[in-house]
Amino acid sequence: MGLLDGLRVLDLADALGASCGRILADLGADVVKIEPPGGEVARREPPFAHDIPDVDRSLTWFASNLGKRGVTLDLATATGWALFLRLVEGADVVISTGEGTLRGPKGAAAPFEIPRQDADAAAVGQELVGYETLAAVNARVIFVSVSAFGGDGPMAGVLASDLEITAASGCLWLAGEAGRTPVRTSVPQTPAWTGMYAAAGVLTAVLARELTGVGQHVDVSAQVGMLTAISQAPIFWDLLGEEQYRSGPFLVGRSVTGAQFRNIWPCREGYVCFALYGGQAGRDSGRALVAWMNEVLPDGAPAFLQQLDWDQFEVATAPQSMVDQIEAGLAPFIAGLSKAEFFSGVTARNILGYPLSSIDDMAADQQLACRGFWQPVGTSWDGETCVPGTFAVFDGVRPPIRHGAPRVGEHNLEILCGELGLTTEELTTLRSAGVV
Amino acid sequence: MTQALEGIRVVELGGYAAGPVVGKYLGNFGADVIRIESHKRLDGFRSQYPPFKDNQPGLERAGIFNYFNDGKRSITLNLKHERGLDLARQLIAKSDVVVENFTPGTLQRLGLGYAQLSELNACLVMLSTCNQGQTGPRATQSGFGSQLTSLSGFTRLLGEPDRSPVLLYGPYIDYIAVGFGTIGVLAALVQRKRTGRGVHIDLSQYEAGVQFLAPAMLDYFVNRRIAGRQGNRHPSAVPHGVFACRGEDSWCAFSVWSDAEWRAFAGVVGDWADDERFATVLGRKAHEAEIEARVSDWTRSLSREEVVQKLRGAGLRAAPVNSMADLFADPQLAGTWRPVDHPVLGRTHVLPPPYELAGTPARVTTPAPLLGEHTDEVLRDVLGLERGEIEALQTDGALD
Repeated sequence: MGLLDGLRVLDLADALGASCGRILADLGADVVKIEPPGGEVARREPPFAHDIPDVDRSLTWFASNLGKRGVTLDLATATGWALFLRLVEGADVVISTGEGTLRGPKGAAAPFEIPRQDADAAAVGQELVGYETLAAVNARVIFVSVSAFGGDGPMAGVLASDLEITAASGCLWLAGEAGRTPVRTSVPQTPAWTGMYAAAGVLTAVLARELTGVGQHVDVSAQVGMLTAISQAPIFWDLLGEEQYRSGPFLVGRSVTGAQFRNIWPCREGYVCFALYGGQAGRDSGRALVAWMNEVLPDGAPAFLQQLDWDQFEVATAPQSMVDQIEAGLAPFIAGLSKAEFFSGVTARNILGYPLSSIDDMAADQQLACRGFWQPVGTSWDGETCVPGTFAVFDGVRPPIRHGAPRVGEHNLEILCGELGLTTEELTTLRSAGVV
Repeated sequence: MTQALEGIRVVELGGYAAGPVVGKYLGNFGADVIRIESHKRLDGFRSQYPPFKDNQPGLERAGIFNYFNDGKRSITLNLKHERGLDLARQLIAKSDVVVENFTPGTLQRLGLGYAQLSELNACLVMLSTCNQGQTGPRATQSGFGSQLTSLSGFTRLLGEPDRSPVLLYGPYIDYIAVGFGTIGVLAALVQRKRTGRGVHIDLSQYEAGVQFLAPAMLDYFVNRRIAGRQGNRHPSAVPHGVFACRGEDSWCAFSVWSDAEWRAFAGVVGDWADDERFATVLGRKAHEAEIEARVSDWTRSLSREEVVQKLRGAGLRAAPVNSMADLFADPQLAGTWRPVDHPVLGRTHVLPPPYELAGTPARVTTPAPLLGEHTDEVLRDVLGLERGEIEALQTDGALD
């Protein structure tokens, strides 16, 4: 039995919100992905399975649509819209389409106001539809709109991809080498943050509904979601009028002196991550690292490191000169270790550091394998593949992913005929007319 | 007005971000969140990290603690003291949720592990969030998010392709774990409404991080390809990057995705863009460096605001690279920053949970609690203790 057994979700989200439905499906919800006939645009996102571009082979799409069933409907048509509303009658949650908007045929929103003017929708004879329209069909439905900047405010409806949202959120400003161009993570992060927070919003609204008896509108801004990723950086400005800056491999924002601390260190064949810390854990870590150097180096650790009184070491107040001196003493030792030697050493000695994993390191990591993190799922192209499993273990069990992501319209028969009662002749007619 | 999570009581054990920000999000939606703290073992965020008020370190002077702990109550209990431990157990017996982010084994050794607590409270939902999970060969390894982010693969994916990797700011992975931890607790509460049962949630922050790299994991499992750094480029959009504008450290990010968008872009940047070589996506990819150089000349001649305005005016995707100062000036975020008044810090701003509920909105009301500020209140109102009992406990050291 899944935690969200019985929760019925209609998922019309594009790439920005797709992982919300995946997360809910992981937890046992019945998630139905509704796409335009032929499949949604996000299925064009590379990489593709075996580098063969095809609607069912986008690995990015696959990853965020696991566990969902899939139907196709043209919501711009009267019949498509009517079928959608019949699905809404029996749904708990509706997650919106691209850029946070739900579009129906002209007149779909009446008697309610359309949420805002949208020239693109109007150009194709459609109009935006808001929460009230769905609530009129089903008072218990929870409508989630996911967009780059949120549903309100001067930026509502403004187009942005992962790059621009990352820029607007403050995250891009803080990443990169000092004095060089800010950079963003090569795997887009905003869809992941946004989908995750949308799922939290859905479940908060599900609990609220227990008290109020009705659904509500949940709105998620990708810009605000990504803003949470930069931790306390904004409050330097809020409290002290102090800006924060990108600093390459160094940690900043830890010291009242403005001292920076190395956090990426070259090792023999790559890089490792380690930083000096204060507090009990930091002091133990520092001592353990010096002890390791004493064991391994012919002359032991540099004298000043052996004499360092870790109990007096405070990250918040240590001057840069002291930090530089300690780090200069550690660097050659770390540089002489392989990634594997460093990792086994820090694990065994409880030193505060980890290697910089590459993707294949994680795929081979015993800690993940032991915990059953990689789950095999069926694919339409080639048997099974491993995917990252459900995000947590509940009472010792990681909820299994029921199946891979759906092929285009894979469950049209099962849902439109089996659940909504269309005959196969009707389905065939609607398919040939492009409604399905 | 009804609050989404009213009537739910959360006990929080732990520090820094991974546990406490879950508690914050629950509290902002109406749960009663009580932190069990101790004078003998301070939350690192209360004392070790700037910014401090007036840049002076000290207890209750840390902005970061206030940023992540608004709306909660704080009691101090000495969990190594028999009576202190007993009070913790009594409080948990009357609560719905426990959120903890200690190293695995820590709470069990104190007598506060899930097996022990669920005997007191059969429908308890307990979230245990830690670096690598409660089980497995490295479960008890100590670590912080600023390094775990690298174990989880992110650091290798950030930077210029032919240069060293660079860091994401702060303990990036901790906030991923916060989001998933919150989802776990909420889903468990949904289940509990249906079944009456509690559950123990074992969340590995490492695993949470890997969720955000799922496309790269699949590219490896299926195609044996190992993702690397890309600077700011994209497989098909050209230009797709960050460009310096007029002035110091002033940047704009924008992207052009189709031939139609390119024609609109050409209308903004000038005749050079009408070059036949650039008319198609394959052509633009083949000449990407040349296009980037031309674009860069154009952006350097303009202010950041002018670039954004011109590109958005043409229906293209563009945004300023916002600094921390910019975030507080951004009109779109005006309603996002919630003012809160702290007795030592003064007027500060915090974020509400990044998901807005129109019918039962989040509230940011009280600042983060001072250490032990609500000890008397909670012992009296929740556990029904008398003044005399509380004083005796105080004298005995149970409330340190």
